Amino acid sequence: MKTFKIGGVHPPENKLSKDAAIEVLDIPKTVYIPLSQHLGVPAVPVVKKGDTVKTGQLIAKGEAFISANIHSSVSGKVAKIDDVIDTSGYRKTCIIVETEGDEWEPDIDRSPDLKEDCSLTPEEIIKKVQEKGIVGLGGATFPSHVKLMVPKGKKADILIINGVECEPCLTADHRLMLEKAKEMLVGISIQMKALGVEKAIIGIENNKPDAIKHISELASGYKGISVESLKVKYPQGGEKQLIKALINREVPSGKLPIEVGAVVHNVGTSLAVYEAVQKNKPLIERVVTVSGSKIDKPSNFLVRIGTPVSALLEASGGIPENTGKVVNGGPMMGKALNNLDAPVAKGTSGILLFPEREVPRKPMLNCIRCAKCISVCCMGLEPYLLAILADKERFEECENEKIMDCIECGSCLYICPSGRPLLDNIRVGKNKVGQLMRSRASN
Amino acid sequence: MSLLTVSGSPHVYSKESVSKIMYGVIISLIPAMLISFYFFSLAAILLTLTAVVSCMAFEFLIQKYLIKGPVTVFDGSAIITGILLAFNVPSSLPLWMMVIGSAVAIGMGKMTFGGLGKNPFNPALVGRVFLLISFPVEMTTWPKPTEFSTQLTDVVTGPTPLAVMKEGIAAGRDASEVMAEIPSYVQMLYGNMGGSIGEISAIALLIGGIYMLARKIITWHIPVSYIGSVVIFSGILWLINPEIYVDPLFHLITGGMMLGALYMATDMVTSPMSAKGMIVFGIGCGVLTMVIRLFGAYPEGVSFAILIMNAFVPLINTYIKPKRFGEEVKDV
Amino acid sequence: MNEITLISVISLGSLGAIAAIVLYFVAQKFKVIEDPRIDVVEEKLPGANCGGCGLAGCRALAEAIVKAESLEGFSCPPGGNEAMKDIADALGLVAEESEPMIAVLRCNGTRENSPPKVKYEGATTCQFAHSLFSGEGGCPYGCLGCGDCVLACSFDAMYMDEKTGLPVIIDDKCVACGKCVQACPRNIIQMRKKGKKSRRIFVSCINTEKGGVARKSCKVACIGCGKCVKECKFEAITLENFLAYIDYEKCKLCRKCPPVCPTGAIHELNFPPRKEKKEEKAQENA
Repeated sequence: MKTFKIGGVHPPENKLSKDAAIEVLDIPKTVYIPLSQHLGVPAVPVVKKGDTVKTGQLIAKGEAFISANIHSSVSGKVAKIDDVIDTSGYRKTCIIVETEGDEWEPDIDRSPDLKEDCSLTPEEIIKKVQEKGIVGLGGATFPSHVKLMVPKGKKADILIINGVECEPCLTADHRLMLEKAKEMLVGISIQMKALGVEKAIIGIENNKPDAIKHISELASGYKGISVESLKVKYPQGGEKQLIKALINREVPSGKLPIEVGAVVHNVGTSLAVYEAVQKNKPLIERVVTVSGSKIDKPSNFLVRIGTPVSALLEASGGIPENTGKVVNGGPMMGKALNNLDAPVAKGTSGILLFPEREVPRKPMLNCIRCAKCISVCCMGLEPYLLAILADKERFEECENEKIMDCIECGSCLYICPSGRPLLDNIRVGKNKVGQLMRSRASN
Repeated sequence: MSLLTVSGSPHVYSKESVSKIMYGVIISLIPAMLISFYFFSLAAILLTLTAVVSCMAFEFLIQKYLIKGPVTVFDGSAIITGILLAFNVPSSLPLWMMVIGSAVAIGMGKMTFGGLGKNPFNPALVGRVFLLISFPVEMTTWPKPTEFSTQLTDVVTGPTPLAVMKEGIAAGRDASEVMAEIPSYVQMLYGNMGGSIGEISAIALLIGGIYMLARKIITWHIPVSYIGSVVIFSGILWLINPEIYVDPLFHLITGGMMLGALYMATDMVTSPMSAKGMIVFGIGCGVLTMVIRLFGAYPEGVSFAILIMNAFVPLINTYIKPKRFGEEVKDV
Repeated sequence: MNEITLISVISLGSLGAIAAIVLYFVAQKFKVIEDPRIDVVEEKLPGANCGGCGLAGCRALAEAIVKAESLEGFSCPPGGNEAMKDIADALGLVAEESEPMIAVLRCNGTRENSPPKVKYEGATTCQFAHSLFSGEGGCPYGCLGCGDCVLACSFDAMYMDEKTGLPVIIDDKCVACGKCVQACPRNIIQMRKKGKKSRRIFVSCINTEKGGVARKSCKVACIGCGKCVKECKFEAITLENFLAYIDYEKCKLCRKCPPVCPTGAIHELNFPPRKEKKEEKAQENA
C-alpha cells in the first residue's frame, strides 16, 4: 500500500466522532466574522455599522492578489466593526453582525438537488471561486482561486484531492466524504476543468474504509477521477507528502507543488467549489469536529462562520470539568485557544478539548541524541540541530540547514523522549530566517 | 475551571521517555548478565553490583554537591554505565578498582561534559580504558569460566582466545594450529571462554540486541555496518593468507566484538545522528577494531576503536546529513 | 647505537628545518599588514563585545575609529566618556561627550496588576510566546516574562523577579548597550537618558488599545486619558493612539505628572519620597 517514504509518526487516532452524522448548528445571536480568515492580506470591509446584511452578502473584499472575499454568514444588522480576540490569540478586526431571521441572498440556490453540468469556461470558474471567497479548507486557508490559476510557464497535469485527514481526532472531512460525496465529485470535475487537467486522484487513508468504498463506487461514473487508499501515517495530509505518496513525485525544496505538475485541494474545498460555482453559495459555513476524551457527545457540526467556539462546546454537551486546553484544529498542528469566545473561521477544522492530565508536556531533560526526531522528520531535516541553532540565534546556519522546508507537522516534538520544545524553537528560527530572507529580497 | 493552557502544537505527546529507553537497555542486558553470573559466579555478581551502586552514587554526589543541579540518578543511564563497565572487566578485578573505574566513568566520562547527553565519549569505555592503562596486569588476568559456585578463591586464570591467537601467530605458528588450543566455536558462542564478565556470550548479547531493535531503542545501521565491515576486513585477509589470519567468525564471537557492536557503539549519545552517518561510524569502528587486533600491540581493539570513532562523531554529524525531502529533483 | 641516534637526529632535524622554511614562506605570503593603532584602541575598550556601539564588537569599533581618523559619531556605551577620552588621548583626537543612557522597562503588568488568564507552556523564549498568543495576562503589548532580555544582557544588569514575573534592571550595572532592546519582541524595553542621580520619569506601558480594552487586561495600563498632557508645563508629554509618551529630552523631572495618572502608569525612579503630599493628606485627614 502506498505512503510517503521519509519519516512520519503514528499518534493514537482517537477518531471518536467518526460515526456522528453532520448536525446543523443553530444560528447564533451574534456572529463575529474576522477579516483575516485566510492566508494573505486581510479583506477590506465594504459594509459599515448599522447596515443591514443578508446571508451570503459580500461584507469584505479581498483586494490584493492573495486575499479572499468574506461574506456575511447570517442576516441581520452590522452592530460594529471592532477588535475581537480570534483564534490567533490576538485581537483582530471583526465584523460583528446581530442576527435577525435568516434571509438569504436571492441568487443562492438552496435546493438539495444535484446540479452536475457546468457550462462555464475555466476563467469563469476561477472568477466565481474568487468571488465566493473560497479558501483551502484543510487548515492552511490559502485562497483557492490562486491555486486554480496555473502560473505562466508551468503546467499542471494532475489534480490531487486530499481526503487523508491524517490528524488524529478530526472527522470533518471523513463525514463530508460519506454524506456529500456526489457534490464533491462534481466539484472535483469543475476544478479539473478550471485547471485543464485530465486526471484527478483522491487520496484517502485506509482507516476510513467506508469512505473509500463509497467514493470509489461513485467515482466510477466520472471520467478521470480515481480513488487511492493510503497506509495510515502522519503527516500524510501534507501537500508534499501526499504528492510523494500518490504519484511518487518529489516537490523540490522551497518550491510549490505546481513545479511537479500537481495541484492539491482538500475534499472540503472541492465541495465548497461545487457550491460556489453551481449553487452561487459563498463560503459561509463549514463542518467542524468537536471532540475530546471527556466530552459528552463528540460531534460534527455544520457551523456558520463567525459562531463563537463556546456555542459549539455547549451544543456538544458543555465544557467538561478539568478541561486544561482547548485546541482549534487537530492535535498535531492545531492552535491552543486563549479565549473560548473566539469565532469559528474558514480554517477551523475542529475544536478539541483536552483534560488537564493530558495537557502537560514531558519534563524537559537533556537531549540524549537518540536521533528519533531525525527519523520521524518528514522533510528529512535535523530538528535537534535546528532547535539548537535557532535557540543560539545562529540563523544563517539555520537557513543552510533548510529550516524553511519545515512544515511544522510536530512529529519531532511528539516523539522526543526528552520533552524538548523542538518545534517551538524551530518556529522562532523560521520566523527570523523568513525576516532575513525578506530583507535580503528587498535590498 | 482552572486556567487553560496555551502552548505550541503538537498537543499530544508520545509515550517515549528517556528512562523508558534506558530501562529498555537494562532489560536487554539481562541475558548476558545471567550468563556472566553463571560462568563467573559470585565475583561477577559482586562486581556488577559494585559498579552500578558506585556509578549511581558518584552521579548523585556530583549532581547534588558539585553541579548543584537536578538529580537524575534514577533515569537509568548511570545504571547502564555501571553494568557495561562491569561487563568490560575480568571477574578477578578487585572491587576497589571497580569503584575507581566507576568514578572515572561517571566523573570524567560523563559529568565533566555536563551530564547525560553531552558526553562525547562512551563513559563506560572511558572507565574501562582508564582501568586498562592504570592497572594493566589486573585488567588482563582473565579467570577461566567455571560452573556456578559460591566460592571466590581458587580461580584458574588463562589468556583470552584473542590473546592466545595473537601470541601464537607472533611466535610464528600456524593459525589452525593455535585454534586447537582455544575452545570450540560452539563453546565460545554461548560464552565458555576467558574474557571480560559480559563479553563472553555472543548469543546472549545477540538476544539483547534483537530486543533493543524490536523496541526501536537502536537501529540496525551501526551493528550491521560494524559487524559487516569486520567480516569483510578479516574475510579478505583470511582468504589471502589463512595461515596467519583467522576466519571472520572467530573475530565476531571472541573478545568484546558483540558487546561493542550492540551496546557500546550504539550508545545514542556518542553515535552519529543520521542513518548514513551511523553506517560510516560503524564501518570506521569495524576497520579500526581489526587494525588494532591484527596489527596493533593489544590483542583486543574494540574499546579503542569505538572511542576513536566517538571523537569523529561531531565531524560525521557536520558533513553527513540525512536525505532531505525534495533534494534531488526526479525527472517527471 | 650511535648510528640510530645519528639517523634520528638527522631525519628529525631536517624535517624540522623543512617545516620551518615552509612556515616562513607561508607566513610571508599571507602576512596581514594592520594598523598597530587598532590594537591600542581595542585595549582601551571594555572588551565585552556587546555591540552597543552598533558594530560587531570592540575590534570592529577600533577598526572603524582608526579608519575614520576621528571620533565623531562613535560611542562606547559601557566604556562611557572615560573610554572615549582615553582613545582620544592615545590617537590625538578630540572626544565627543555623550549623555549616559539607561534601559527602562515600559510595562508594569505584574501577576497582580495583570492576573494570568491562561497558562503558557513551552520553550521559555519570548520570541515564541509572542508568536503564539497575546500573553498570560491578555495584554498583547505587555511583558511575556520569559526573560529573553535577561539572557541577552552580558553585564548581569537584569534579573527576573519571580514574584512579579517581570525583569528588573539594575541601574548601577546597566551600560545601555541595547542588547535587551533588541531581544524584546515587543519593544517594551527602551533607552532613556540616565538623568541626574539616575532619576527618571516614564510611562510604564506601551499599550495602544482603547482605554477600556487596555484596562481589562491590566490594572495599570495607560488608558490615554490625557491628564498628564494637561499637567505638563513643558510640553514634554504627547498622546498618540491612547498612549502617553514622555519625551526625555524635554522632561524637566518636575514630578507633576505621576500623581495625576488615574492608573498609576507613570513611574518615577530614584526620587526622594514625596513629603508635601503626605503633609497635605495629613492636613486633609485632620
